[in-house]
Amino acid sequence: MSNPQMVMYDEEFQEINGVIERLLKEANAKVIFLVDKNGQLISGVGETERFDTTSLASLTAGNIAATGGLAKLIGEKEFSILFHEGEKDNLHISIVGGRVILVVLFDSRSSLGLVRLRVKKSSEELSMIFEKLVKKAEDKEKRGVSDFPFAEITDDDIDNLFS
Amino acid sequence: MSFINYASREINCKIVYYGPGLCGKTTNLQYVYQKTAPDAKGKMISLATETERTLFFDFLPLALGEIRGFKTRFHLYTVPGQVFYDASRKLILKGVDGVVFVADSQEERIDANIESLENLRINLKEQGYDLDKLPYVVQYNKRDLPSAMTVEELRRELNPTNVLEFEACATTGEGVFETLKAVAKLILIDLKKGK
Ligand SMILES: Nc1nc2c(ncn2[C@@H]2O[C@H](COP(=O)(O)OP(=O)(O)OP(=O)(O)O)[C@@H](O)[C@H]2O)c(=O)[nH]1
Ligand SMILES: [Mg+2]
Repeated sequence: MSNPQMVMYDEEFQEINGVIERLLKEANAKVIFLVDKNGQLISGVGETERFDTTSLASLTAGNIAATGGLAKLIGEKEFSILFHEGEKDNLHISIVGGRVILVVLFDSRSSLGLVRLRVKKSSEELSMIFEKLVKKAEDKEKRGVSDFPFAEITDDDIDNLFS
Repeated sequence: MSFINYASREINCKIVYYGPGLCGKTTNLQYVYQKTAPDAKGKMISLATETERTLFFDFLPLALGEIRGFKTRFHLYTVPGQVFYDASRKLILKGVDGVVFVADSQEERIDANIESLENLRINLKEQGYDLDKLPYVVQYNKRDLPSAMTVEELRRELNPTNVLEFEACATTGEGVFETLKAVAKLILIDLKKGK
């Protein structure tokens, strides 16, 4: 397969949440999401319960994929930052470490300049954590270690899902 | 590619419904949506033209339940079947874990089916996937229509490798869940093997 499996462990999950919690405060944002490029939500902080996070993740990934396609057509690698301005709320969308999408939703209590500045700093930290995560997963695979419980699933387990 | 989250004990998989324009991909998802309990599904998103043709994708998140303490979620996507939306189709195939090819059984659509299936192979290959190694099932849809070809004829053209196949009428829901279950099961079996 062309891509390694995407995994997330407790330790890195805590670290990631620490970084985006801080970003939420420092950027005066309302909500922050991290989304995998395939549209899976990784984490969210802030007023997340006000939003349909699953849909948001899928559309964000679609958006990044579509603008990435546009970028290629005009000879760019990708557009690493997208900004959508609304009447009240704005979206700042950026790519972290080439693989993960960082979405910051903010209103007039913050500003594009502030969000940009803070995102830049946090992105570097997030990149490092995701790099570590990839290494860890690769290491485990090499050593043949798997804490994945699926090796033991039975046909019955699978059938039960649909009952 | 599935996403395993040990922190929240979740596993997410992506299923893509592929096939020629008007074969019934969106109708498959609509039926699944209608028949799924509210707590097991999210919102269905359809990015469509004013005439209800899929423009970018349909998206339906399903939470099926737990396996060994892991919440198992499937994200269902459809591609736009119309030939000129090829760039969008490629994007949607990214990170796919399993594919349903929805064929239109009507005789007059056989060429469109063949073309779409070839297009699927090519687009997967571009992303480094091989259709023959992916969890993959075929659905012969629109069995209710008078000009439907026989399953034998369709199989010869569209399923030479003999993968699991299902007859369906997506508007009434016949065969819809059977198809979904089959591809979901293949994905989970793949995961079990640790692919
Ligand atoms: N008779 C009959 N009609 C069907 C069946 N499945 C779908 N249709 C009809 O076929 C038409 C097209 O269905 P869609 O689900 O929108 O097709 P699609 O594959 O999503 O098409 P694109 O979005 O253009 O790729 C609709 O009018 C459906 O009601 C079926 O099994 N039998
Ligand atoms: Mg459609």
